[in-house]
Amino acid sequence: MESKDLGHHISQQYNAELEDIRNKVLTMGGLVEQQLVDATKALVEGDSRLGETAITGDVKVNALEVAIDEECSQILARRQPTASDLRLVVAIIKTITDLERIGDEAEKIGHLAVHLAGMEGNKQHFTAISNISEHVQGMVHDTLDAFARLDVDLAVSVAKRDNNVDEKYNGITRQLITYMMEDPRSITRSLDVMWAARALERIGDHAKNICEYVIYLVQGKDVRHTTIEQLEKAARRNN
Amino acid sequence: MSNTQTIKTNLDVPTSSRSGSLQDEDIALTVRDFNLFYGDKQALKSVEMDIPRHRVTAFIGPSGCGKSTLLRCFNRMNDLIDTVNIQGNIELDGQNIYDKSVNVVDLRRRIGMVFQRPNPFPKSIYENVAYGLRLQGINDRRTLDEAVEKSLRGAALWDEVKDRLHDNALGLSGGQQQRLVIARAIAVEPEILLLDEPASALDPISTLKLEELIYELKKKYTIVIVTHNMQQAARVSDYTAFMYLGEMIEFSDTNSIFTNPKQKKTEDYITGRYG
Repeated sequence: MESKDLGHHISQQYNAELEDIRNKVLTMGGLVEQQLVDATKALVEGDSRLGETAITGDVKVNALEVAIDEECSQILARRQPTASDLRLVVAIIKTITDLERIGDEAEKIGHLAVHLAGMEGNKQHFTAISNISEHVQGMVHDTLDAFARLDVDLAVSVAKRDNNVDEKYNGITRQLITYMMEDPRSITRSLDVMWAARALERIGDHAKNICEYVIYLVQGKDVRHTTIEQLEKAARRNN
Repeated sequence: MSNTQTIKTNLDVPTSSRSGSLQDEDIALTVRDFNLFYGDKQALKSVEMDIPRHRVTAFIGPSGCGKSTLLRCFNRMNDLIDTVNIQGNIELDGQNIYDKSVNVVDLRRRIGMVFQRPNPFPKSIYENVAYGLRLQGINDRRTLDEAVEKSLRGAALWDEVKDRLHDNALGLSGGQQQRLVIARAIAVEPEILLLDEPASALDPISTLKLEELIYELKKKYTIVIVTHNMQQAARVSDYTAFMYLGEMIEFSDTNSIFTNPKQKKTEDYITGRYG
């Protein structure tokens, strides 16, 4: 399936409906991306107002999830989509669940930012958080690009990058444990930082899931719960 | 679960084998390099396919693609048209049905057919079902009674008509008439049932009853159905063949055809895009 094929139904109305849910997913993705940027910035810079923005941003994301879900049910009931249309609707229903969870994780980081902003202490771990967050933001951005352009190669490359996030997360954990052992007074604060790192690591997983749905949508192959090598092979396989 | 057992991931199992694969099926009808001409015009082009036994095979495709023509070849209904010329083989249990030694009446008993519009004879319900048996020279009352009841039950019509078996069949509703025609077809115990758009003249509820009947019938008969209604093909069939301009474009298990067709023409047709 290629993106140029999307709008060629005999029924113009059907074209419009499918285009509409696709656009809404991208809008939702944009909101989630911004939420993540805000939350990270709030955490690193100790900006509790920006943290609040990231928290309230989740309301819009949730509303969009419900709206898109509703539209997908209507299309299933009224159009009985088949083949690539069916895969598009199924992929969207799954994608918005992961996007919504990314939003939840960003909201969590927002809460942690607000909490941490009111605390005294060492800010040296924020470099590591900043670093992992940049990486994750890049993944989310490219995931949405892959979805918009039905770009399987990009989806594969994003899925591969999830391993780096896991490594970075493990690095932060080790660092924080050392720090907490050295200075027990820092435990409360370090735990908050750890939760934030954990949330970012989860966001990487959700981005990877969405990439898997993109491969399913384009190639018709279900690549969930497979190794990266199998995923790459399935994505390359031309039908 | 033993830990030595290899865990298969979902990629190891091709989609087709989850729903049954043609290679594993017992084949009832074999079509090989089959061509058909109406005068100069070629209506079927080198069609090759295997129709699996005790399965429902659906033919879909736009009007004029040759699906009804192909269906009619299976019991030689096209013999009745003078301008028809055929090349190639259709084999039923290893014998070419176009061989000179084949008795066409016997062939049509083995391969029954039901048409788009129900066509009961202007006789009683009972006589409609008994007709084929009487043609075979069976007139024993008890044998006929048994066969009529069995066939009407098989066609899911018995309960609706058992108290008025001797009423005229034309008094039945369209859906009932269609099931009566199916009862008439199965009374002579065919091996294969050909259904040419059997539900296109029926209302949605009668259509659902007919589809339910098809599901029951496939336990005993091989069913080939031509339908314009793609959702119907998706609902009732195990295998689906997509035809276009006289060619067999794609023939595969129905799940694959409707979720991940291999050919772009199939995809365009079933998703309703410009072909």
